Parts: sequence; C-alpha cells; structure tokens
Amino acid sequence: MTSTYQNPRYAFRRPAALGSAVPERARVVITGAGVVGLTLALDLARRGVPSVVVDEDDTVSYGSRAICWAKRTLEIFGRLGLGERFLEKGVTWSRGRVFFQDQEAYGFDLLPEQGHEYPAFVNLQQYYAEEWLVRACDASGLVDLRWQTRVTGVEAQAAGALLHLGTPEGDYGLHAEWLLACDGARSTVREALALPFQGQVFRDRFLIADVVMHADFPSERWFWFDPPFHPGQSVLLHKQPDHVWRIDFQLGWDADPEVEKQPERVIARVKAMLEGASGMAAPPFELEWVSVYTFRCRRLEKFRHGRVIFAGDSAHQVSPFGARGGNGGVQDVDNLGWKLAAVLAGEAPEALLDSYDDERVLAADENILNSTRSTDFITPKNSAAHAYRDAVLHLARSHGFARQLVNSGRLSRPATLHGSPLATPGGEGLPLGTPAPDAPVLVAGRADWLLRHIGADGRFTLLCFGELPAEIPAGITALLVADDDRAGALWDHAGLVARRWQAKPGDCLLLRPDQHLAARLQAPEAAEIAAAHRRALGLV
Amino acid sequence: MPLQTEPRLADPDALYEALMQAHRALDEAASRRLDARLVLLLANHIGDMDVLRDAIALATQGDQP
Ligand SMILES: Cc1cc2nc3c(=O)[nH]c(=O)nc-3n(C[C@H](O)[C@H](O)[C@H](O)COP(=O)(O)OP(=O)(O)OC[C@H]3O[C@@H](n4cnc5c(N)ncnc54)[C@H](O)[C@@H]3O)c2cc1C
Repeated sequence: MTSTYQNPRYAFRRPAALGSAVPERARVVITGAGVVGLTLALDLARRGVPSVVVDEDDTVSYGSRAICWAKRTLEIFGRLGLGERFLEKGVTWSRGRVFFQDQEAYGFDLLPEQGHEYPAFVNLQQYYAEEWLVRACDASGLVDLRWQTRVTGVEAQAAGALLHLGTPEGDYGLHAEWLLACDGARSTVREALALPFQGQVFRDRFLIADVVMHADFPSERWFWFDPPFHPGQSVLLHKQPDHVWRIDFQLGWDADPEVEKQPERVIARVKAMLEGASGMAAPPFELEWVSVYTFRCRRLEKFRHGRVIFAGDSAHQVSPFGARGGNGGVQDVDNLGWKLAAVLAGEAPEALLDSYDDERVLAADENILNSTRSTDFITPKNSAAHAYRDAVLHLARSHGFARQLVNSGRLSRPATLHGSPLATPGGEGLPLGTPAPDAPVLVAGRADWLLRHIGADGRFTLLCFGELPAEIPAGITALLVADDDRAGALWDHAGLVARRWQAKPGDCLLLRPDQHLAARLQAPEAAEIAAAHRRALGLV
Repeated sequence: MPLQTEPRLADPDALYEALMQAHRALDEAASRRLDARLVLLLANHIGDMDVLRDAIALATQGDQP
C-alpha cells in the first residue's frame, strides 16, 4: 500500500444474466480495464458506441508502473477530454542528463521548440490515469464497467466470441460480437485462443523503488551509467507528482529478487544514490513502493483474429526503457476506435480492421526494435559490447556524434504509418501516415491549438490552406487555415501550421479521425476528396 | 562510393607503428576500449552506412566461428 495514494474500490454489481443458462449478448466487449481497455472504451463511447468492460480486479493499477506519458499519448488524452488533468497534476519535463561514472556526459532537450499544447513528456502514476478514465467512462453513460469479473474461458466463433465469466456471486456467459482483448501481458484471451506470444527475455533484473521525499532535483530524467554509488550498473531517476521519485537500479541477472526487495537494503541503495547525486547528505525519505522486474520484448504475430482484436500489452510487450508500453497501447486504441465505430455504423467494411493489424504491428515492431536496442546498450552482453558502450560514453563527454550513440532509452515517439493501405499516394509535404503536428492558431481572436480542431467531432478532417474547395463530400469536416484573420478560419498567425505541415496555398490534407495524414491533395475536386476518403475507410 | 580496399596509405608502416604505440601500455580491457573508440571515431568520419556495413561484413569474414 502506498502512503500518497489510496486505491478506489469499485463495487461489484450483479448482472442480470447471472445464473441464466442463456448467455448474455453484447455488441462490443472489452476484457481488461487497464489503461488501454479504458481508453478504448472511452474513445468508443465518444463515438456513440456502447461497450461492456470486464476486469477481474475491483480497482486501478497498484503501485509503481507506467509514469512517463509521451506527447502523442497526451494529445490522444486531450482529444478524449483528459489532457488538462495530465498537465495539471503531472510533472512536465523534456530535459534529461546522462552521467558516466563520476561525471556528467551531456544533457538533452526532447522538445526544444515552442508552440505545442503538450510537452514531450508528463510524468504521472498510472493509477491516476486509470482513475480518471474510469470516471470519464462512467460519465459517458455508454460504458458498462463490470468489476470482479474474471474471464475464465473464450470460444472464438464466426460472429464473435463467447466469454465465460467468473464473479464472486457465480458464473455466466457473455457473447460478444466483437471482443477487444486488452487484458494485459498475461492475457487470458490470448492463452484461450492458444496464440503464440514470442520474443526475447533480457537476462537482467531491475529494482524499482518509489520514494517520497522533499528534494529539489529538477524535473529532468537523470540516467547514470556505472556511477560510483552503484558500480558496474545503471540507475535512472524520475520525478512524479506527490513528491514521489522513481529510482530504477539495474541489478544484473544474478541478483536475488527476494533479498533485493528487503527494505533495509533498498534504503541503503537509495541513500547512497541520493548522496552520490547531490554530493550532500541524503534528505529524509520514505519507501513508497518496491519491486524487482525482468523485462522482455515479444508480440503476437497478428493483432486481429477475426472478431477478436488485441491491443496493448496483450498484443505486445516491450522493456520499459523508452516508455513505449503504455504509450504504444494507447496509440493502438487511438488507431482502432474510429475504425471499429465505422464498421459498426456500416460505413466501412470489416476489412478496414485489417489495417489496424498492418499499422499497429508496424508500430509495435518499431517499439520493440527501439526498446531492444536500448536494452542491449544498457545491459552489454559480452566484453566487446561493454567496451563499445564505455567507448561511446567516454567520447560523449566531448563529441556530439557520440552523444547520438548513447542509448539510455529512445523515448516513445509515435509511429509514422509508412505504407498504410489507407493512404492515397501522391502529393508533397509531410510523409503520408504522419501523426498531425500541433501548432498555435487564433480562432476568433482567441489563442487555440490546431490539434483541438482535428478529429474532435469524430470525423475525417480536410485541412485546407488558403482556400476551401467549392464542394466538400459528406462525412468530412473542412477546416480553413488562413494566414490572415478571416471569419470561420484558423488564423495561422505565427506561420507554424504551414511550416510544420510543409503546406503551400491550395493544399488540402485529409486527416483520419485519429489525426494521421491520409492524403495530400492540391486544390482538389470533390470527387478526388471523396476517393481519398473512401480509400481511408477501406472501401477501395 | 564503395568500400575501398586497394592500397591508399602513403606510409603503411607508420600507421602500424602508431597503432602499436597506442596499445603498448594497455591491458586487455583498456585495449578493447581504445579500439572501440577508434572504430567509432573513424566510423563517424566515414559517415556512410553502406561503406560501414561493407567493412563490417568484410571484417567478419576473418573469424567466422
Ligand atoms: C516498472 C514498469 C514501468 C513502466 N513504465 C512505463 C512508462 O513510463 N510509460 C509507459 O508507457 N509504459 C510503462 N510501462 C508499461 C505499462 O505499464 C503497460 O504497458 C500498460 O500497463 C499496459 O496496459 P494494458 O491496459 O494493456 O495492460 P494492464 O495495465 O496490464 O491491464 C490489464 C487489465 O486486464 C485485467 N485482466 C487481466 N486478466 C484478466 C482476466 N482473465 N479477466 C478479467 N480481467 C483481466 C487486469 O486486472 C488489468 O486491469 C511500465 C511497466 C512497468 C512494469
């Protein structure tokens, strides 16, 4: 139990189907009310799609898990109405420092440019994110959250899947037309369908300690390689809200997790670290949470299996260096929500969901590649790897090129959906599949952000520079970006929209509801726009 | 430009001597680090990933397990 946070307890409500021989039926069932399942439920609710969400537990995440939420994820939470809360409660940061042995090797800034609503990262304990998501789901009136409801079996069927559910008051069956498996790394759904989940285990252990203390280290990510206070291993320090600090100690494969978790031992390590980092006596602190982890990278071969679709840790797992697990999962459901809603509304064929598989497998591979490379740098596997690692760190003190080689975690960045089947080839500017870059705009004289206007209504957006086409096909919201103050337009007063989008007058960019670029058109006819729209819906 | 393997050094013996000199006082581990720094500096100087991949492939042929 932590001293700064009390887990809410959500009540079990007896479902009507309990004890009935006939399974209950639902159109959309999400297994797992973790950060990914809840985000998906909320996204669907905002598109008017009701869902049933089942979770075996009666609360949000316990203790220390995800803390770093990346810019793209914050933009998604922004679209879902929770962005402000992250900014308000979370610790904003974009700078980091890397230390090697007893010296600082260099510092970096992940978002050196101004003019974005969200910073590179906000640190916030995962349980807060989940608690806010639960509240927003409840408030939507479209999410039927069922706590203490454990999936014990799954039978895939042509028109969906039959779930066997266990509750404190008995078992029942629930037939889902669409089953969205967000039940985490040990997914019961994945196991019930006997789908292989393959990849690499890293032979290393990490001690994760969250401590409460009043210290004045800056809001930066500090990473030590081989520091005097923890020789031969790495250490990572991060600030969280509530005066909680996350410290990760690399322990090596031979460490005994039970011994390492003993409070006296952890306290001694933290003390040595604080003294080493500040050169002063350690401030008083209390242990909030301690755990020892090993990490792996693996994924399902396919994320879509007919009417059963996997997202988040049930589909892919990465090492935490780079904060790509939770961020990747939220970006999965950002991709999935609008597509499923379009299929359910009869606007798109079921095959549209194959593009979820194409696009998010690509993104997962990018995350796995980056997180594997980081792990290889942090945990050298032999003496040559060790020598290269130390050589890079040594050179990094005085040479910029070597800083680029230091890999203490390539921090989560959104995938550009290269080669997406939904994109219309042609045109110039930002690559197709790019997630929309933000920029400041003025709307009726008021300061505003571009991204707030894209996809907020759940629809496709046609972002038009300078002038609107004469005719806009149905289902698309046209937005005019102007370099002067015009009624009904977004005024690109700083010129940053045009610059970041590499847009010329007459350009019309078609954006999917998840804010990814689907087509780059020039002064298009309605038919051209409609064709790109149809393609993005999987209709051609 | 592909990886160049024809003779290019004006004074090969001087290069060899400079390398030996650099390693002379070092133990195994320090020698390894020196070589690694050297490879990294030269790789950045070359700056062409195709050339570097060719060089790695060619060098790997020396000690196939
Ligand atoms: C130490 C650590 C640090 C991390 N740091 C970061 C970070 O900084 N940034 C980041 O983005 N990610 C980070 N991650 C990864 C992140 O925590 C996960 O990727 C994220 O929690 C995945 O969310 P999820 O919803 O897919 O799965 P989970 O959060 O695991 O949720 C799965 C849910 O399914 C439920 N469930 C499971 N089985 C069943 C069943 N049979 N029946 C019913 N319900 C079931 C569970 O109760 C749970 O609520 C970190 C992870 C760790 C361990």
